[in-house]
Amino acid sequence: MAGTVAMRRTAARRQPDTSATTEPTWVRTLLIVVSLIFLAIFLLLPLLAVFSQALAKGWEVYAQSLWDADALAAIRLTLLMALIVVPINTVFGVIAAWAIAKFQFVGKSLLITFIDLPYSVSPVIAGLIFVLLFGRQGWMGPWLESHDIRIIFAIPGIVLATLFVTFPFVARELIPLMQAQGTEEEEAACVLGASGLQTFWRVTLPNIKWGLLYGVILCNARTMGEFGAVSVVSGHIRGETNTMPLQIENLYHEYNITAAFAVASLMALLALVTLVFKSFLQWKTSQQLSAEELGYTGD
Amino acid sequence: MGIEARNITKTFGTFTALRNVSLSVATGELVALLGPSGSGKTTLLRIIAGLEEPDDGSGAILFHDEDVARTQVGNRKVGFVFQHYALFRHMTVFENVAFGLRVRPKSQRPGRNLIKYKVMRLLKLVQLESMANRYPHQLSGGQRQRVALARALAIEPKVLLLDEPFGALDARVRQELRQWLRRLHDEIHLTSLFVTHDQDEALELADRVAVMNNGQIEQIGTPDDVFHKPATEFVVKFLGQVNFFHARLEGGKVHFSTLAWESPEHAGTPSQPAHVFIRPHELDVNIIRNGHPALQATVKRIHSAGPNVRLDLTAESGERLCAEMTQERYRSLNITSGSTVFVTPRDVKVFADKP
Amino acid sequence: MQLTLKERSVLPGFGLTMGFTLLYLSLLVMIPLAGLFLKSATINWSQFWAATTDPRVVASYKLTFGASLIGATINAVFGLIVAWVLVRYSFPGKNLVDAMVDLPFAMPTAVSGIALTAIYAPNGWIGQWFAHDGWIGQWFGPNGIKIAYTPLGIIVALTFIGLPFVVRTLQPAMEDMDSEIEEAAASLGATRRQTFLKVILPTILPALLTGFALAFARALGEYGSVVFIAGNMPMKTEITPLLIVTKLEQYSYAEAAAIAVVTLMASFAVLLFINLLQWWSRRYAS
Repeated sequence: MAGTVAMRRTAARRQPDTSATTEPTWVRTLLIVVSLIFLAIFLLLPLLAVFSQALAKGWEVYAQSLWDADALAAIRLTLLMALIVVPINTVFGVIAAWAIAKFQFVGKSLLITFIDLPYSVSPVIAGLIFVLLFGRQGWMGPWLESHDIRIIFAIPGIVLATLFVTFPFVARELIPLMQAQGTEEEEAACVLGASGLQTFWRVTLPNIKWGLLYGVILCNARTMGEFGAVSVVSGHIRGETNTMPLQIENLYHEYNITAAFAVASLMALLALVTLVFKSFLQWKTSQQLSAEELGYTGD
Repeated sequence: MGIEARNITKTFGTFTALRNVSLSVATGELVALLGPSGSGKTTLLRIIAGLEEPDDGSGAILFHDEDVARTQVGNRKVGFVFQHYALFRHMTVFENVAFGLRVRPKSQRPGRNLIKYKVMRLLKLVQLESMANRYPHQLSGGQRQRVALARALAIEPKVLLLDEPFGALDARVRQELRQWLRRLHDEIHLTSLFVTHDQDEALELADRVAVMNNGQIEQIGTPDDVFHKPATEFVVKFLGQVNFFHARLEGGKVHFSTLAWESPEHAGTPSQPAHVFIRPHELDVNIIRNGHPALQATVKRIHSAGPNVRLDLTAESGERLCAEMTQERYRSLNITSGSTVFVTPRDVKVFADKP
Repeated sequence: MQLTLKERSVLPGFGLTMGFTLLYLSLLVMIPLAGLFLKSATINWSQFWAATTDPRVVASYKLTFGASLIGATINAVFGLIVAWVLVRYSFPGKNLVDAMVDLPFAMPTAVSGIALTAIYAPNGWIGQWFAHDGWIGQWFGPNGIKIAYTPLGIIVALTFIGLPFVVRTLQPAMEDMDSEIEEAAASLGATRRQTFLKVILPTILPALLTGFALAFARALGEYGSVVFIAGNMPMKTEITPLLIVTKLEQYSYAEAAAIAVVTLMASFAVLLFINLLQWWSRRYAS
């Protein structure tokens, strides 16, 4: 299951349209209207539904639903997941991108395919593989049990499953970016006497910072919102191993619809914030790009 | 010697980029590595810089008689100017130039004020003091190129290496920067080596030119030497337009087309096929036979817009020729397309098939 | 000639970073995935066959595959229109609309799932139109059309989550297209329709197919947004990922692993198809 499409970097620079390169006005209007209706039904309505359902019984009930001990525990656990998983996969992503983008070696595209693997694995299967490894009847189950270590139906399992699902996000964002930037600036830094770490901090990192942040934002959104994989490994223990998406499911199945949507509205807000960040970063990189490409004025 | 590279070989997979190449550059000298793409010139430059490693079994690389072959690129103290400048795009001009000073270990790092002084002095040298706070994308190509040079000079390099320094610039800026770089070199006298594929650039700028082909140096010498006394056929062909004839050496004479040319240096060479090269400006064009052996030819086309006039000719025996003369000479000849002319070589280069 | 696995470089850190990458990749991804295949191998071939071809399982394959295919097709058609409109036309609020296209990526699947269910349930905003007394549903017999808790609902959810893939893969391809080729077609006498069908569509076809395949692959494994709206009736509205969870809850680990292996193989086949597409689409590149 592919998780995301890499950030767009092409700065659109088209000639103004003439009658040779565009359609009659009525066709354009029709296509715009069709698109907007389609997007309104599929994107806008679900978003509105979340907030309208959450507030269906008024602000007081909304606030109470969120102030519930289990809901608060779920929020805490979700934030904890983000704090653990995002930094680990960010560090991995930067390291992997350095190795892959800055050097030439045999088997590079195979390695990239392996890094992409979690995209094509159903989240349910992502959870399943860790149950098979660490579950009570799994490969390491008996050993873990005899040492009184719990991984499945406990926080370590949730961390592992989430790490797996969000594994490629940062790396996949950085690799094409760093490949496009080449190695000349790094070589120049080396010639000028910079050490490896100095080269990375002072030359590479400033060049990739927006792309890196973009990857981190996506990784964070997926980490906090992951449902399938976490659902398989968590055991749904209230107040202990329920993340926000799992708490939503529990409330929903108990027909506590308003409370479910109240928690969901927080996650929808997170999604909106993510989109705002995403657009900002895309705008930022396209600015940087067009400044570099168009800035050259000749003598 | 400022730079000395001994017996350098470099292979990339099955491709041999350099075959046992040796090169030395005298202290304070400016040398050009001239050759077509794929001739190995950039590889040689990068090996001297330490950006590539030569194959095992290659000889030493010395800067001012000190072996640097085992020295990391960052400690070689080379000023390297990259083809596309490789300026740090997120740093201002000032920060770019200061970079090499700021990344030194604390004990060797100059203080803030000293760095500022050094950088501004360099920016003055490259005439960019007013651009210190600009970013690379706000500069023109020629200005970026000078920032790259200032940045390379900031670390007080022992040698300066430039990879196609004018390759990415348009024709007029190239010309200006070329003269500027020559003046700069005469001022600072830093041992310098630059790579180019443009023979005019090499001949105009360098004290000596090393012509490279196929991973080897074909000839190294002053611009006069390589132009007037080319050592190999490749050197003749690479340094500008040339007329070519299949010929035959026999008894100290070379026979080509309908001519026999005295070739004293081949007096002792056994009879064998040879190649003859004549530069367009070495051909004398007359409208009547003047007693010298000459080729009869027909004028096909006249290119008269320029400092010199170039004639495209077809010889009686079928070869196509090109001759060049001054505007005055052209006017005095009074010829048009279709005229019959007589062409006498002033100088020919002869290469025997088996020297 | 010397055989080189890695070209020499002056940049430091290759050994360290590559070592860490391979270690982390192995521990987190390769070994756990290998464990899945090993687990499915602990049962013999006839058990494996029985587990993966049980009528209930086969019904789930058909449903998952069919609904994913329909969802991806809807996305291919509307995604093409949306991408075209976003790249070629300008209208007020275009940037906002463009940003919103990523909502299905950013929205947690469980949230999408309950929101879609609320909208398409018989008393929901859209669901009621299709109910027996709704303005559309009344024409379809005494029960109207049920969307939530039927395969229709599954198609809706899979269309939702696949939406960005087609749009986002098409946009760069459309932006890269040189307007000169369209002008050339027009100057040679082609109508706008001919230009679109004969010049533009072939140019963006690889991107369209890639987007379609990505949306399809995502739909095959989707769980969170589907389980709420599906109804989850065995043989009728039970998708394969849910069946894996069910097997797991019954502690039938080997069976769950076997079904998972089949699902993974299908995903890898789509992945291979996408890679071939990319290779094919570069055939004209210089």
